[in-house]
Amino acid sequence: MHKLKQSLFISLWFVFLTFPLLVIRVDTLNKVVEWRWRNMWYVAAGAFVLSLAWRHFLEKSGRVMPQGFTVSEGKEEFLRWVRAHTQIRKGGMVLAAAFLLLSPFFLSTYHTNVMTTALIYIVLGLGLNIIVGLTGLLNLGYVAFYAVGAYCYALLNHHFGVGFWTALPLGVLAGSIAGVLLALPVVRLRGDYLAIVTLGFGEITRLILENWNEFSFGPSGISHISPPGFFGINLGVRANTSYIYFLMLGFCFFTIFMVRRLQDSRVGRAWIAIREDETASQAMGIDAARAKITAFAIGAGWAGAMGVVFAAKTTFINPASFNFIESAMILSIVVLGGIGSIGGIILAALLLILLPEYLRVFSDYRMLIFGSAMVVMMIFRPQGILPYVRRSYEFHLQNDPTGQVK
Amino acid sequence: MEFFWGLFISGLTRGSIYALIALGYTMVYGIIQLINFAHGEIYMLGAFTALIVATVLTMYGLTGPAVLIMASLIAVLYAGAYGFTVEKIAYKPLRQAPRLSPLISAVGMSIFLQNYVLLAQTSDFLPFPNLIPEMSWMKPLTGLMAPTEIIIILTTALIMILLTVFVKLTRMGRAMRAAAQDGNMAMLVGVNVNRVISHTFVIGSVLAAVGGVLIASHVGRINFFMGFLAGIKAFTAAVLGGIGSIPGAVLGGLILGWTESFAAGYIASDYEDVFAFVLLILILILKPAGIFGREEIKKP
Repeated sequence: MHKLKQSLFISLWFVFLTFPLLVIRVDTLNKVVEWRWRNMWYVAAGAFVLSLAWRHFLEKSGRVMPQGFTVSEGKEEFLRWVRAHTQIRKGGMVLAAAFLLLSPFFLSTYHTNVMTTALIYIVLGLGLNIIVGLTGLLNLGYVAFYAVGAYCYALLNHHFGVGFWTALPLGVLAGSIAGVLLALPVVRLRGDYLAIVTLGFGEITRLILENWNEFSFGPSGISHISPPGFFGINLGVRANTSYIYFLMLGFCFFTIFMVRRLQDSRVGRAWIAIREDETASQAMGIDAARAKITAFAIGAGWAGAMGVVFAAKTTFINPASFNFIESAMILSIVVLGGIGSIGGIILAALLLILLPEYLRVFSDYRMLIFGSAMVVMMIFRPQGILPYVRRSYEFHLQNDPTGQVK
Repeated sequence: MEFFWGLFISGLTRGSIYALIALGYTMVYGIIQLINFAHGEIYMLGAFTALIVATVLTMYGLTGPAVLIMASLIAVLYAGAYGFTVEKIAYKPLRQAPRLSPLISAVGMSIFLQNYVLLAQTSDFLPFPNLIPEMSWMKPLTGLMAPTEIIIILTTALIMILLTVFVKLTRMGRAMRAAAQDGNMAMLVGVNVNRVISHTFVIGSVLAAVGGVLIASHVGRINFFMGFLAGIKAFTAAVLGGIGSIPGAVLGGLILGWTESFAAGYIASDYEDVFAFVLLILILILKPAGIFGREEIKKP
């Protein structure tokens, strides 16, 4: 009863809060005021239900307790079960691989293009994951590296007719250089300063691209960028779409492979150590500044490569494709999927790209949902949809059948 | 000289607004060490609420200073309410969480609020009525600056004085300073830190809304995205002055305002927004603690 009363109060509070913006809409040109009373009832009902749910889940997750910071383990039985049964996992992987390999043959050009976009975002998410997920540095300007790669190819192609395959490594290099340039001054700073500097860097990049007409052709962008070459053969539109799709698919698998290897490498373990505790990791002899710069260079390199692919895929780029929304989108892929988790990022990228594409209703409210999902995820499930599983070792005595540590 | 004076005044006006927003950042950061990314959005919400209230009131036949006062009061009230709610929803449950969590939550809140206004109202620029009339006592100054500029500079100065008095002399102000110095210790000696945090958010939001209403009347148009750039720049101002320091935020805001204004006037007006970021990066490299900031004890 007490809870209901509280929720009623909260619902009234939200009606009050949203009243001027949701109920009234002014048309300042014609001096007309539109009253949308219906929205008020939606807000009242929505806030009532949500506040009940919110309270319920908060209590369940144990966050209301003032002293208790306990991230609940949650019900991960299903995930654990899938992980434990290799046959099921392998079967699922084979099915997914078959679908991915065959899809361009039965999907239309449009849908193949959408799939390619989703793959690009998977790779971008995995690239950002190196910076945000593994090293724990919040980067809000990741799209700048993407832009650097895209403009690198577009400009080289426009002025010197450089082809896709030559531009790809150059794009990676340009992205990495941009990453190092950004990282050098700021790695020694606290995490939140880094966030705002990267945000600023992303904006500077976009503003320069928009204003420096002689260099980047300003807001109108660059068109007629050559699609990737295929041994000098001129492919048709459909074949070309499939070709880019397979290219991206290969790139995606390569990235997954590389990120997995990187995670377990020496530098990867250093990243994770820095994320967990920078001071302790430095005490263990890790050069934190250097590891962070490496993380930026590698993460940005991936964004550069994707920029080249993006420019080749759309054959037209302009600064508007590289705004903050894009950075926020890649960040939400990483956050929603599970910071540090490869499987989670793949799942989140597919969800975030494919859902708005196929559910029109969803696309209008896309950013609204992303924003609220970021808040809700941080509060209720900071580990993401598919959490990253920490590699753990157990100590078993050889002659002890119970396997317990003594 | 005329040109210089124009830039000086426009820099001062701009800087005053940055200072108003920066105060919210700096006070919140001082207490809970969080960059409140949603703060710029509160500023935008303030401007939108004022526009809506002013239009509705004008429609019902009110004119003159009554509209200005009502619109500003309601905008400020709502901004405070939004600030309070945002803190309760997005930050309070994350008090004990790792540093990255509230930061991501704040980014999410900022995206949410922008799109909330975008969907509830419009994505276009809305013309904002000039609420500030030319009053007779401004006569001697109007040759030098616009009436809105006079009001912006005077209001900011007045607010700064009030805020200083509040923080220095009242009980709540003392609690805020205590919580900023050491939250746990403040809690031990009986300060209700949660209440202090709520108050800080409300005060910061109110200041941001005042800034929003003032700049909207000065510039004459608003849209849902206006809080984004203003927010980053105000944060730059807060860092420049030394985050956590109230006079620092004001000084940082003014320096940033002048830098932008003079750089746009004498160097290149297309890159006006770039200068703020360049300045931010420079400060962070050269003097990360800011002008009034306390040097942190550095790890070797």
